[in-house]
Amino acid sequence: MMRRYLVGLILIGLAFALFPLLRQAGVAEAPGPLASAYLENSADDFGAANVVTAIVVSYRGFDTLGEVAVLFAATAGVGTLLTRRRLGKAVPPPGRQGGTEVLETASRLLAGLLIMFGAYIFIHGHLTPGGGFQGGVVVAVALLLGLLAKPDAQVSHRVMTTLESLSGAVYVGLGLLGIVLAGGFLDPRALPLGVVGQLFSAGSIPLIYSMIGLKVGAELSGIIDALKGDRS
Amino acid sequence: MMLEIAIIVAGVLMVGIAIATILTRSLLVSVIMSGGVSLLASLVFLLMGAPDVAMTEAVIGSGLTTVVFLYALSRAKQPDDEDAAALASPPGDDTDGGQP
Repeated sequence: MMRRYLVGLILIGLAFALFPLLRQAGVAEAPGPLASAYLENSADDFGAANVVTAIVVSYRGFDTLGEVAVLFAATAGVGTLLTRRRLGKAVPPPGRQGGTEVLETASRLLAGLLIMFGAYIFIHGHLTPGGGFQGGVVVAVALLLGLLAKPDAQVSHRVMTTLESLSGAVYVGLGLLGIVLAGGFLDPRALPLGVVGQLFSAGSIPLIYSMIGLKVGAELSGIIDALKGDRS
Repeated sequence: MMLEIAIIVAGVLMVGIAIATILTRSLLVSVIMSGGVSLLASLVFLLMGAPDVAMTEAVIGSGLTTVVFLYALSRAKQPDDEDAAALASPPGDDTDGGQP
């Protein structure tokens, strides 16, 4: 009985604390000072047509590096917890059924298209909506579709590990290049900015976002492979 | 105006499916329904003009998360709705050799 009163009291307190937010909810009429500074300057500063990408990769580039590191830690944790015999020969559990013929045919048709679409998203991250994270997850889903159709197929650990660590190293290397050639760590002006709207523009932003895309794709594929449970 | 109506309909559907996700007895149905909530959320993001967020939500929310949950479900061997009745019966029933 006491507990119920306490819960009610906490709920009322939360409602009281959060009520002022309700009046501020809604869509702002005009962007605030920071947002308008981003909107005005991103094309001049970094030559990026997509403002979101300019913010994610350049203005807040350090946060993005942290996010990638968090994802890496999550992948490492899943891999460590779920795979005991790390590089041993995978043994599929008995009684597992393969995908139906419809699923197999459709996944064979779609896998290439999905990988191409994912690569398109992260290569064009500075021009169109989307970027490294979005492209990376689309690539990982292509791999997942293949695994659903052929559950006994194996993801090559060596390729995934090499791809993942190489792209991470190139990402940090491009960041360090910014210190040497431009204003600071992860400054995309290390490479020529080019014309706004072209594929080869915006300095090192397309390269950095492609690296992020490859890294995210490899990491999520690793998580799926670890969860598949052949190596426990 | 049509846009607002579509967003409101999708939002109401989302809340309804989310409540059904909590209330349903089977874990499998629950996981699939939560994927459906994510799919509707990605539709709302798309209607609000954020195609990049919609892409992420559709892929992660309704694709990868659902599969990760399903893998976890199969690894945890949680008794689902159908098996729960058999497991919940007292172990003394097996001594006389009959099915519970």
